[in-house]
Amino acid sequence: MSLVTVTINDKKLQVEEGTSILEAAKSANIYIPTLCHMNLHGGVEHNPGSCRVCVVEIEGRKNLAPSCNTMVAEGMVINTNSIRAITSRRTVVELLLSDHPQDCLLCEKNMHCELQALAADMGIREMKYKGEMSTFPKDFSSASIERNLDKCILCRRCVTACGKIQTVSVLSAVNRGFHTIISPAFGLPMVDTNCTFCGQCVSVCPTGALTQVNNTTKVWEALNHKDKFVIVQTAPAVRAALGECFGDTSGKAVTGKMVAALRAMGFDKVFDTDFAADLTIMEEAAELIDRMNNGGRLPMLTSCCPAWINYFEHEFKDMLDVPSSCKSPQQMFGAIAKNYYAKKMNLNPENMVVVSVMPCLAKKYEASREEMKNDVDIVISTRELAKMIKEAGISFHSLPNEEFDSFLGESTGASVLFGVTGGVMEAALRTAYEWITGEGLENVEFSMIRGLDGIREATVQIKDREVKAAIANGLGNARILLNKIRNGEADYQIIEIMACPGGCINGGGQPYLRGDYEVLKRRAGALYEEDQNKPIRKSHENPAIIKLYEEFLDKPNSEIAHHLLHTQYFYKEIS
Amino acid sequence: MNRINSYEELQKINQENSEKLKMRTPSHEEELAVENKRCQRIITVCGGTGCQSSDSTKIMDCLKQEIEKEGLSDEVTVSITGCFGFCEKGPIVKINPDNTFYVHVTPADAREIVTEHLLNGRAVRRLLYEEPAVKQAVRRQDEMCFYKKQNRIALRNCGFINPEDITEFIGAKGYLALGKVLTTMSPDDVIKVITDSGLRGRGGGGYPTGKKWYFAKIKEADQKYIICNADEGDPGAFMDRSILEGDPNSVLEAMAIAGYSIGASKGYIYIRAEYPLAVNRIMIALNQARELGLLGNNILGTDFHFDVELKYGAGAFVCGEETALIHSIEGKRGEPTNKPPFPAESGLWEKPTCVNNVETLANVPAIILNGADWYSSIGTAGSKGTKVFALAGKINNVGLVEVPMGTTLREIIYDIGGGIKNGRKFKAVQTGGPSGGCIPAENLDLPIDYESLTAIGSMMGSGGMIVMDEDNCMVDIAKFYLEFTVEESCGKCTPCRIGNKRLLEILTRITNGNGTEDDLKTLKELGQIIKDTSLCGLGQTAPNPVLSTMKYFWNEYVAHVKEHRCPAGVCKTLVQFEITDKCIGCTKCAKNCPVSCISGDVKKKHLIHQDRCIKCGACYSSCPVNAIIKV
Repeated sequence: MSLVTVTINDKKLQVEEGTSILEAAKSANIYIPTLCHMNLHGGVEHNPGSCRVCVVEIEGRKNLAPSCNTMVAEGMVINTNSIRAITSRRTVVELLLSDHPQDCLLCEKNMHCELQALAADMGIREMKYKGEMSTFPKDFSSASIERNLDKCILCRRCVTACGKIQTVSVLSAVNRGFHTIISPAFGLPMVDTNCTFCGQCVSVCPTGALTQVNNTTKVWEALNHKDKFVIVQTAPAVRAALGECFGDTSGKAVTGKMVAALRAMGFDKVFDTDFAADLTIMEEAAELIDRMNNGGRLPMLTSCCPAWINYFEHEFKDMLDVPSSCKSPQQMFGAIAKNYYAKKMNLNPENMVVVSVMPCLAKKYEASREEMKNDVDIVISTRELAKMIKEAGISFHSLPNEEFDSFLGESTGASVLFGVTGGVMEAALRTAYEWITGEGLENVEFSMIRGLDGIREATVQIKDREVKAAIANGLGNARILLNKIRNGEADYQIIEIMACPGGCINGGGQPYLRGDYEVLKRRAGALYEEDQNKPIRKSHENPAIIKLYEEFLDKPNSEIAHHLLHTQYFYKEIS
Repeated sequence: MNRINSYEELQKINQENSEKLKMRTPSHEEELAVENKRCQRIITVCGGTGCQSSDSTKIMDCLKQEIEKEGLSDEVTVSITGCFGFCEKGPIVKINPDNTFYVHVTPADAREIVTEHLLNGRAVRRLLYEEPAVKQAVRRQDEMCFYKKQNRIALRNCGFINPEDITEFIGAKGYLALGKVLTTMSPDDVIKVITDSGLRGRGGGGYPTGKKWYFAKIKEADQKYIICNADEGDPGAFMDRSILEGDPNSVLEAMAIAGYSIGASKGYIYIRAEYPLAVNRIMIALNQARELGLLGNNILGTDFHFDVELKYGAGAFVCGEETALIHSIEGKRGEPTNKPPFPAESGLWEKPTCVNNVETLANVPAIILNGADWYSSIGTAGSKGTKVFALAGKINNVGLVEVPMGTTLREIIYDIGGGIKNGRKFKAVQTGGPSGGCIPAENLDLPIDYESLTAIGSMMGSGGMIVMDEDNCMVDIAKFYLEFTVEESCGKCTPCRIGNKRLLEILTRITNGNGTEDDLKTLKELGQIIKDTSLCGLGQTAPNPVLSTMKYFWNEYVAHVKEHRCPAGVCKTLVQFEITDKCIGCTKCAKNCPVSCISGDVKKKHLIHQDRCIKCGACYSSCPVNAIIKV
């Protein structure tokens, strides 16, 4: 790539050919406001140039140019702050506001809305343009995602996230002109589409058009019900990101403070989904070894991710026997809590409320699946938890670090890795290795399968056996792997799939990334650090798990384990 | 028909068939020689959409029947042809070698044409066109004012050959340009000729065609595409349709030439599905060209392969924008994307693609055969050749005309167009389709080309020309055009989706008498910003009708806003009907009033009760003595 010389706001600079004006300006510390533009995972740049907020003036050009998708050229003279550019940008935002409900105070995205932030930055103090406002029916059909299209500014980020990254393509622009809306085909409600509820659309939505289903009120009601015994489980990825909601950007897990906050909120017991992740490994590793030894269907695919389960139930009906039959850790936790822990504590399961805090929106849907029998009652996201902590007036940073309650709170370093792509695989290999070889594993870190690349492959030597493993994160990458298997081009024994790019650390319920994928690396780092600091790092060595089998489950894949911890999958026809 | 295997074979076929066409271009002597005689004749009947909807197919049938009845089948041929352009006077029937041009023909006239003209060699006087200025019947097409100033290059074969017979096209030098190109010219030679000719895109932008081809040529790729943009969307414009209906092979030939020049072997014609006749004619032409080996593999025995496929548009105006058109062909939503990358770099399926409009392509074979110098000698300094305009609105001669660039608006509207209907006064002409501007009388003597139209706030566009008279309210006109663009916006970018909608709302307010002076300020400012910030040509030009009418007819806006008055008496809420002293008390108005709000005794002046009047105008039209006025 050759360098070109451009002048931006009288500053001369050299940038690589093919750089957008937006990026070139940024390199000179000149920030041009944007709205539709966003860097999505895997180097996909979403720059449809549709919002026209980032327009700048280029000498010799007739009209203003969108800086996000106009590339620099040799000798270009750019003015990002001419009166013409500034007035036009403000007018564009004013036009968007003229077709946007003025209910910021009541909006789920209040204080997290990019349009609101832009209007504030531009100092817009009056509604200059008034006229007809779009009114579309709201879609509250699913347990995970709400659509309020009156707030949609047609940036199309969700369309790219759903179509290009996840290759699910539920959302696209329909109708024309002022009546354009982003919608599933034929205006179907989300619940009737092949939406996987991964929530990546919610993650990228700049406004309150796509939001999570908010369950915080249900949690407060349960906590304040005198007859209810309310326990909570927290997924591993939550602790890696929750701090961000309180201004923390250190990339450190806030496990201790999170536990303290939950206790302060009034939960009767604060448990860890990590416990159930260890349990999952027991069942899944046993299933893998069984399949490998007894000529079962290989490869085996992990089944912890509910969005991924939805995806193959919709699109890979010929492969329903490929994923492990293990329930996800969230559901294993619920099943153990209501069928074992309740008994042990002399509690009526009817009076027990199991709340999950998840980085994920599909978990809300998963808990509502019929075969999951209400084992988990309420699911809230990381963002919802942060809101509740704030609402409860808890000073998060001044909290002491506290420990999870025993014994559904005891976990190993392996389980905490479930929150990042490759983590389930690594945890499973630690256990499978020892079970197959009967020898102790010295170095528990499988660094060759770590990282955030979309598809990763590795061959792991387990004594005289070679185990071929593959990992995909992001459903678009999952599709590539699944097609390979379908076409008989892959001879993997085990595959891990997480629907969200990067894994649960980038789940649809996590604090908003805003296209900054450095944050993901920090979140992953937090989980690896927590693993490193754990005294026990292999799931099958978790004493609480060993006790659970001794007292209740007998052994992995036992009849009772099958009854409580395994499930089955159904083909869901796409309408 | 047998496959044509070389340029020489093609030339031979051209000679054979050009003989047959000779009768259609008689010399003056040949014309006179057949007067009062029975002889070999050719009757061509317009088979364009307009004339066909006025029964021209039936006219042909009746002519054939009568001819058979009179035993003239051996000496007289009846043939279909493309649009003559003089649509106001259709259906049109032309008889050669007499060079006689009949207008407003009906099936019932067939009998007289056969008995009087074919049997006796005498023109049917009542079917001849009467030149209004001199009130004299004109028999010959080239003597009519409508045709005198025209120079038909793109339309050269329309109204001349049978569009459904490729041999006639070859007889009219068809495919000779392709043969010449394939056997004697390099792609660079072709691009040089087109560049030197000065041909510019006729679809709207006016981008130099040679340059476009050049950029597509230099981009290396395993596959390239030629796209013919036949998504004619401007209301009132129908030149592309007429060319495809009347001379489809010219477009196919030009596409093959373009394909040879840039290195493409595949072409698409993106055509509106609402053009069934054009689609049908292209299909016929495609099949015939393939049969003769003029499309397909090893064209004319060379190693050049090129074929064409049709893609139907669903009628979205924005799909005329080339990136939107490309997305539509790809099966995606028809909406534009930012340029660059231009299609020449990354177009259809991300391959280098050249998108040319129908009229642009129709010029190409003529340029190849006659040379760049010939073409560039026509027109103005910056705009070469001719341009087809579709005359519509309050003009006498509605139709399709082709004039050299640089012809003045006055020549087109008055000399060719025959002036304003019903002797009313000219007010403005809107050029360039719904996103062009309105040009006032003071600019009538402007020689028009791409630059001059842009300079006065309008544009060439595809060549729509809608004439308005003193009865048109310019605020209402601006509103009308904006309604169209708001409806046709794809909704992708903010300024076009919301901005134009807000402009329309303001205009609606003004025409309802609720506009304010602030509204006028907003119209101007917002209109300018929409032009400046919109993503594609649709949004960038949509405010033109508003801005140009504000520029040239500012007083009308002020009258609406300050005086709550519509000077042209169009905006209903601002109009009041009043009965003047001219009233003779005939009671017609009272009888016609649907809400019975007019009272008065017979033979006495009547009165309109304004509180109940719905301003329908029924009284105004029914008054026999023009006693009712709009105030």
